[in-house]
Amino acid sequence: MSGVTALPARIDALNRLYGHAIDDGDYERWPEFFAEDALYKITTRWNYDRAMPAGLMLCQGRAMMEDRVSALRTANVYEPHHYRHLIDPPVVTDESGSAISATAGFAVYRTMQSGVPEIFCTGKYVDRIVEADGGLKFGERIVVCDGERIDTMIVIPL
Amino acid sequence: MSLLDWNPEDFSEIPYAFYSDDEIYRRELKRVFLGKTWNFLALECEIPNAGDYKTATVGEVPVVAVRDEAGAVNAMVNRCAHRGNLVCIDEAGNAERLTCVYHNWTYDLRGNLASIAFEKGIRGKGGMAEDFDRSRRGLPRLRVETYRGLVFGTFSADAPPLSDYLGPEMRANIDRVLGREMEILGKFQHGLDGNWKLYIENVRDTYHATLLHSFFPTFGLNRLSMKGGIEFSDGGLHHLTYSIGATDRPESQYNARDLRAVKDGYALNAPELLETWPEYACGTTLAIQSIFPNFSVQQVSNVVTVRLLLPKGPDKSVLIWWILGAVEDTPEQRAMRLRQANLIGPGGYIAMEDGAVVGWVRRGVAGAEEESSVLAMGGRGVERESDSRCNELSVRGFWQGWHAMMRDPAA
Repeated sequence: MSGVTALPARIDALNRLYGHAIDDGDYERWPEFFAEDALYKITTRWNYDRAMPAGLMLCQGRAMMEDRVSALRTANVYEPHHYRHLIDPPVVTDESGSAISATAGFAVYRTMQSGVPEIFCTGKYVDRIVEADGGLKFGERIVVCDGERIDTMIVIPL
Repeated sequence: MSLLDWNPEDFSEIPYAFYSDDEIYRRELKRVFLGKTWNFLALECEIPNAGDYKTATVGEVPVVAVRDEAGAVNAMVNRCAHRGNLVCIDEAGNAERLTCVYHNWTYDLRGNLASIAFEKGIRGKGGMAEDFDRSRRGLPRLRVETYRGLVFGTFSADAPPLSDYLGPEMRANIDRVLGREMEILGKFQHGLDGNWKLYIENVRDTYHATLLHSFFPTFGLNRLSMKGGIEFSDGGLHHLTYSIGATDRPESQYNARDLRAVKDGYALNAPELLETWPEYACGTTLAIQSIFPNFSVQQVSNVVTVRLLLPKGPDKSVLIWWILGAVEDTPEQRAMRLRQANLIGPGGYIAMEDGAVVGWVRRGVAGAEEESSVLAMGGRGVERESDSRCNELSVRGFWQGWHAMMRDPAA
């Protein structure tokens, strides 16, 4: 089996690169982790458990993600801050179809102008992952926050 | 001189101490939230069946709204008459009776104390005192009235009927926006780092909308040059500001380079985010309505929300957003609502800044308890209505209503 990396390890690498891109402020790279027509949604456990369709952010396709990035760069007004993602190793829940289903828990710390990192959000990613452009991409990433409450505002994706 | 002796004159100067003072806050809880106001508790569609209940908060008082066997909605204080324990611990649920887990006292769906564990003791020993009267120990009830699927409660016997409290101008907008069967598409909480009034002022502040929120004018969603206006209920308690798209006229002010809000060449890669359909015959594209003290109905294009702001001490508050759709929506309309929902909420293109600015003002006024803000845009005092939204009239209207309630010795 030499030369073949196991699927969970490949997804783990994808997740870690994803987290680092955001944490490093490389927001323009964030949409590149997704397939062209991918769905990205931030919701909460309460809404997810009840199949509520609205999200805190809802991007249908990479173009909407790019708009989120250009708005955070040029339109929206907020206090400068950054994240630190801690992402669990993934659990592959289904790999029988054309897309892989996987999930991973996460914690995101946020450091605002006070200079103190604080837990901003914990939750899980619920992903559908596809092979595209010679690598893995998210075909769908649902961010399910454990808490119902977002402190102050959310402008940087999770 | 106590802050409570404030002489507001024309409501154009507001002491910063009102956003942090503990004595003011304690009085607000009593006179505003527990006074002659109607407080939003729930949507009727959250408790559709007999026995459905949902917890809520009035000021800081825990409350539960319940639908009884006859289909009526009741609301009671969610506090056991025995030792003060919360009766309903789950946020929502369904029950034939409400049972306090501490000592198993049970209440019917109208809040009457129905049974007490071991009331007669065990084998003739123990039991409640002879003179204990169960009928006098129910859960304290609020007056409850509903309007267009919105459930309101009040602790006051003297508050006017809900319909009169809202008044014809406010009812007309609620009729327009919520006058059909609605359902919940999502519900989110937004934690705010400041006094509740800072956010309520923001809801009523038509002046900031296109300045702080550059997303708004950039995409033509709301410009102060559009046709629109401000309306009040009697006494200034509630307000409605609205604008009608497609009535915009070129106005040199918005081309000025020094207005940060206008960004040339900024375009969406996915303009379908702003795809709308003409949902309302009147052509209203934006309507923001505040119902005193802490409730709001909002329509931004096709996004319909209601918001409730809960005070959490002088320095904190929590905003709850309900995102709504009409049951009769076509799949295309529903999809548009959900995409446009990116505009609102804690992560909304045009709403996120409102959460941030509450915290910035709180930090800004630290140590300035002796000083005041200025609310002189559009003149001073509180007129009945205005056809200009370049105005702080509705913020002054809030303070007029607030002041009357805070000094009301009968409250």
